[in-house]
Amino acid sequence: MIRSEILREIAPILRDQLVVCNIGLPSQELHMIDDQPTNFYMLGTMGLSSSIGLGLALAQDKTVISIDGDGSVLTNMGTLPTIANNVADNYILLIIDNGSYGSTGDQPTYAGQKTSLSAVATACGCDNVIEVQDKDLGPVLQKAIDDRKMTVIVCKCDSGNIKLPVITMDPVVIRDRFMKAVAG
Amino acid sequence: MDINKKIVDDFVANDVSFITTVPCKQLAGVIDEVEARDSIYHIPSNKEDEGMGLCAGAFMGGKRPAIIMQNTAIGVTINTLATLIQYYRMPLPMLISYRGELREPVACQVEMAVHTKALLAQMNIPTYHFHWQKDVEEFDNILKYTFMCNKPVAILTDANFWGGYGDQ
Repeated sequence: MIRSEILREIAPILRDQLVVCNIGLPSQELHMIDDQPTNFYMLGTMGLSSSIGLGLALAQDKTVISIDGDGSVLTNMGTLPTIANNVADNYILLIIDNGSYGSTGDQPTYAGQKTSLSAVATACGCDNVIEVQDKDLGPVLQKAIDDRKMTVIVCKCDSGNIKLPVITMDPVVIRDRFMKAVAG
Repeated sequence: MDINKKIVDDFVANDVSFITTVPCKQLAGVIDEVEARDSIYHIPSNKEDEGMGLCAGAFMGGKRPAIIMQNTAIGVTINTLATLIQYYRMPLPMLISYRGELREPVACQVEMAVHTKALLAQMNIPTYHFHWQKDVEEFDNILKYTFMCNKPVAILTDANFWGGYGDQ
């Protein structure tokens, strides 16, 4: 499965949760598949989906899912020790690990070669790290939500993209709509 | 006057309850004071752009955030300031140790100091420079201004403000 197929499959699970979605194609795909006020789309700033999600989870009680990519986590690897040492049981980091920088033309990442992000997360001290194959993600994600334990999920999948438009919604509108959903 | 205590008192009085820090020798006292306060969630960051991501999330979760960092971080965070904090219009007080200014003992620090105000000006970031201890009296107003206008605001604090490094 490629990332857009995974997002389509887990969209019903994501719908009722606060979602911080990674820059580029992941946000565009989620926006196209199931746009919700509870989705925060990143339009810039590669690497910070996990950090924004953790800050949000620490600030309020609702479940937060950060959808990140392997390339973005590699960009902001310091996020993993911060997550490990600031436990928020309403926080799930979902790394869709397709071993490539998808939004820029599928250049290979080191996570698709010798580097294991689940091993890195474990070494950083994250307590619940689950590596899962694409087709098995749905039940694992649902269980992580139900268990209310901070969880890092590394979902291994194929690289590949679909053609779709950019998000034209104004960033302040995205943010305002999202904050109302957070507070509601 | 204990400037560390005064700064953190002002944070608390302005309802700032989520502070991320990347350390600097000049900031050690204020970071200790942040850590000591029950009403503040102190979350050390590994890098300043990561810290700004945490602050953005905390803000959207209903908390007033702040970041404490060194001016070298301006070189790290330009993209994050432009495409996250400014683009989504979020408030962010940035208490910044202004290394490489008067009474600085480390020559290399001057190399970023000479760019600091120019970069902040280029980014249209409101910038205040604390040189004398009495300048801290403005801090409360700066925090109110930051959360009024929903912008990142820089407070540069040099070695003279913090009392220098002793005899040089």
